[in-house]
This record gives sequence, structure tokens and C-alpha cells, in this order.
Amino acid sequence: MLEEFKSDTPLEEREDIIVCKNINKWFGKLHVLKDVSLNVKQGEVVVILGPSGSGKSTFIRTINALEEIQEGEIVVDGINVSHDVQDIEAIRKETGMVFQQFNLFPHMTILKNITLAPIWVRKWPRAKAEKIAMELLERVGIPEQAHKYPGQLSGGQQQRVAIARALAMQPKIMLFDEPTSALDPEMIKEVLDVMRELAKSGMTMLVVTHEMGFAREVADRIVLFDNGEIIETGSPEELFDNPKHERTKLFLSQIL
Amino acid sequence: MGNLNDEKAINHVHTPVEGTPDKEPPKTSVGVLGWLKENLFSSWFNTILTFIFAWILYVLIKGTLSWVFLSADWNVITKNFALYFVGQYPKEEIWRVWTSLSIVSLLFGFSSGLWKGTVRQLSVTLSVIYAIIAVMPFITGESRVWLGINILFIYAGMFAISKIPKHKVITITGWLISFPVIIFMLHGFGVFSEVSTNLWGGLLLTVLIATVAIVASFPIGVLLALGRMSSKLPIIRWVCIAYIELIRGVPLITILFMAQLMIPLFMGGINIDNVLRVMIGATLFTAAYLAENVRGGLQSIPRGQHEAAQALGLNSTYRTTFIILPQALRAVIPAIVGQCISMFKDTALVAIVGLIDLLGIAQTIVANPKFLGKQMEAYLFIALIYWVISYSMSYASRRLEKNLGVGER
Repeated sequence: MLEEFKSDTPLEEREDIIVCKNINKWFGKLHVLKDVSLNVKQGEVVVILGPSGSGKSTFIRTINALEEIQEGEIVVDGINVSHDVQDIEAIRKETGMVFQQFNLFPHMTILKNITLAPIWVRKWPRAKAEKIAMELLERVGIPEQAHKYPGQLSGGQQQRVAIARALAMQPKIMLFDEPTSALDPEMIKEVLDVMRELAKSGMTMLVVTHEMGFAREVADRIVLFDNGEIIETGSPEELFDNPKHERTKLFLSQIL
Repeated sequence: MGNLNDEKAINHVHTPVEGTPDKEPPKTSVGVLGWLKENLFSSWFNTILTFIFAWILYVLIKGTLSWVFLSADWNVITKNFALYFVGQYPKEEIWRVWTSLSIVSLLFGFSSGLWKGTVRQLSVTLSVIYAIIAVMPFITGESRVWLGINILFIYAGMFAISKIPKHKVITITGWLISFPVIIFMLHGFGVFSEVSTNLWGGLLLTVLIATVAIVASFPIGVLLALGRMSSKLPIIRWVCIAYIELIRGVPLITILFMAQLMIPLFMGGINIDNVLRVMIGATLFTAAYLAENVRGGLQSIPRGQHEAAQALGLNSTYRTTFIILPQALRAVIPAIVGQCISMFKDTALVAIVGLIDLLGIAQTIVANPKFLGKQMEAYLFIALIYWVISYSMSYASRRLEKNLGVGER
């Protein structure tokens, strides 16, 4: 495992917390990830863009082993993502994930949703888990919803709970898989606000999104996926204002 | 960390805005006459249908009522009342059955004091049934006393339980140990004088077999369903599939016969009680069907639930216990209760393998020359008993479903 980094260290001098080397993945005969290599530094915010079906969601899901890879190597926080169940569980402890469809547990209250993993995986006493859960709900702005069920909350509130649930495990990395794509337009902002604040606090984040404004404002680096491979990477300014690759230009012209 | 709640927009508070004021919806109900007109006499064709069905109903009800009150001879019930409930359980030991029933009544009282709602309604219904039986003219004085005690236990339990410390633990442990205690009471096992199981009968036997089959088959069924769904353990999966498909391909009556004949064979001459053999057969049978019901529930859980649980680092045991099973079971409550009701009614088949359950006792009674030709009365009476119990179960399941619907997505 890596040492805690100091937030005043410049990005270039920090260590890589995620190392992906030549990942290949097939769904049946369909080649969905082609020799993808990407390193992410501690505290870096990487936004992944790309047309739908380009493999960006599949890629982010390989990092916490929700998808198996057939070739290549992924090292997360010094642990090799392999077939070993214990290694996989160790990595999942250190990586929080937020899904497009929230995936809250509908039969549990908000508080139970958030405290479940800390109590059973981190083995915290209930009182400590609940205290931290309430702090997180405070942080995402909905402490008054703690004893409601997910079905009673709006989409934006549910997604904020999902973020709080992931943060409750005190992960080193947060993965966001299109967190605002299932939301009504007026609720997108409240979720992006939470993510923006999280990025400022120095969390390592990998975000798959279609929110260009967010990408430009928050990302340290933008990665463009197309057809299962990385087409271009660079700072938001480089990528948005001076795209080098033809396919990047095409993609940007379609969405902007 | 900053609080992100600075902007009020986040909370979606509905503030009243200027605009068109809300109007009342148009009136839909138009009184009794309007309802009649709309539902029964809306066209000449419907009017004719209404009259035809009214006539059929009249004939049916008149026929039924005149038979029930004028021509039927209910002696076949009143003279054998105890037989329907406990079979040939010896008269001098009958207090053991009453004590067992009292334990159940007390536990019902405890539960309704704790959980209120449906359990309370069921307990009240139970006490009403006790009261109705107690005021029947043919009931003996001793039975009336016992029924009174049972009613008292229900209400005493209901009011006393909340005043006792650790009431939840007491109630749940009570239910758990009640069954072995009751079996012990009924059988005696040397402490009391032994009443062998071939004297157990009537509703007592029906309820015992159904309870064992339902309670014991539940964990087995859940494990079979999990086994069948397991992708990592192919051998276990194949064994579960083979078991489920084998049992589901065979009628219950065949399994009961096999249990009667083959279990002694497999056990190498060790004599296993007749009633126990039937219980084992019924349990194995129900487990296979329950497994399929539970599997339906497991498959209905969206992939996202599995993934969210995995992403949090929960191992497969925790995922199954906390996330998947609770949701899967809730989704299939109606199917599971349906299976329980059907098992309860299927116990009537044990009459064929020689046990004197509720149906068996009715058959025995009408075979008695004294009650020749009184099948109608006897079978109608046991049908009523089956119906009351089955309907209570289905009512409880509907309520349970509704209560558990909190936070439905």
C-alpha cells in the first residue's frame, strides 16, 4: 500500500495509485478493450469521455474487478487485480464506486445503506459507523433523510446517498460510472456539486461522464475513449481547445 | 469539509406559487341508485343478465340454507366433536393437548402485544373462534374451562408482554422451543404416560404435519435455491437441480408411499415412527417447490444490487444474507404462502397411507353405521376448518406483503 501523500506535493511528483498495463477484454468475440494503458496519480482527477459503447464504462469497472480482464495487468494501491478473492475484496475496500442507477439497497434505510459495509467489512462498532454516516450525510446535504428508505428520495438525493455510502468505507479511490446520466436535468447540479467538493478535498477520482462543463472545470486530465482504445489524453485545455486527433475533433463536434 | 447545502435548490421544497388554484375532481359516486343503474342495469342486455344471476343466486342460497337448517343432521359433528380435533387421543390425557394449545395461545398473545397489526387481528380471530366453540350447546364443561383459559392467555399475553423486560427475546425463543415442547407434551417420552403417534389424529395431526413440513422445508428450500443459482460450485448446482427436478416430477402421494416403504429400508431395520416418516416425505416434497419459488425471487434481483454490494467489499456470504435474500424472499412471499397453504391442504393425502388426519377421521366417522349417509355434513364441516385456516394464512400474507412494502422502489 502507498503512503498517504501530502496535498502540497505537485501532481507530477506523486506516486501512481492505479497502474493499468495493456488491458485486453473480450465479451464473447467482441473486443471491447484493446491494449488500454493508463496510470493515475494519488489525488488526481481523471475524466473519461467517449461515445457510448466505446468501452469507457467497462474500463472503469475492471479497476475494482466488477469486470474480469483476459490480458494485461492492473495494480491498484499496490495490490494486483487477479482472480484471488481476497485480493479483489482488499481492492474493493479501497475503491468506492458510484453507479448510473444509484443501486441503493431498497429494503434498508439510508443510514443502514451507509453503515452496512463499515460495520461488516471494516468491523467498526455500530456507534462509530453511524456517527461517520451522519457526518457524510451532512457533507452531501441531506442529514434529515437518514431514516427514510431510498424509494422516498428524489434521484439526485439517492445519488448523493450513493456517494456517501461509497465514502463511508473511507476509500482512497472513487470511481464514478456516469453518475448523472439517469438524473433529471434539475438534479444534476446537486450531484456535481458534491463531486466537485470531493475533488477539491484531494480524493483520487476516475469519472466517466458526459458533463463537459464538469470535465473542463474539475479534471486534471481527460482521457478520450473510442472503439475500445484510448485515442487521446491531456489536460482539459489541450483536449477541448486543441484536439490533436481526428476522432477527438469529431466527438467534440458532436457533443458541443 | 464544506456543507453543500448552501443552495436551497438542492432540497426541492415545494413552495406555493401564484397560478390557477387547484380544482376539486368531478364527483364520481352518485348514491345507491346510481351505482345500481351503472353496474347492474346499464343496458337491456345487462338487465337480463342481472335477473338471470339473481334467480340462480336465489335458488342456490335457498337450497343451501334449507338444507343446513332443516334437513341436515348435525349429530355427526356434535356427537364426535373431539374426534375431529384430536382423533383417538386418550380422554384422560387430553389435558396435554389443551396445555399445548394454551402455549400457542399465550405465544399468539405475546406476539400480538409486540407486533400489533396482522398478528393482533389473527389473535383476536382465534379468540373469537374459541368463544364460538365454547358457547356451542354440546361442548363439555371441562372444554369450556380450557377454552376460557386459552382466551384469557391470548389477552393476558397481549397486555403483559410489553411490561416484561427482554420481551422480544422471550417471544422469539418461546416460538422456537414451543414446537419441541409440544411434541414432548403430546408424546410423553416416558415422563408422562406415553401416547403413541398412531393415536394422534384429526386436526391436531394435520396441523403438526403441515407445521413440520413448512418450517423444516423453508431452510432446505432456500439452500437448494442458492445451490441451484451458484455459478462457482458446479457440482452442488447439479446436485440441487437433480434433486429439485426429481421431486417435482413425482406426485406427493408417491413420495408419501415411498417414505412409508423406503425410509425403513434405507435405515437398515431401525424402526422410524409412521408419523415422522410422513413428515420427512412432506418436508422433502415442499422443499423442492419452495426452492423454485425462492429461485424466482433470486432471479428478480437486478444485477446492480449484486454489483453495488460487491463494490462495497462485502463478501459473498454477507451479500447473500443482507442484500440478496431479504429482497428475494420479500418478492416471493405470495408464492411461498401459496406453497404453505397448498402443503396444509395436501396433508389430507396422508389419510391414504393410513394416518387418521382431519380427512381420515371424517372417513372413519362416516364409515360408522350409526352415521350412515351423513358424509355431506362431515365433509362440509372439515372443509370449513380447512378453509378458515387457509384463508387466515392467505390474509396474513397479503397484510405482510403490504407492511413490508415500505421503501419499495
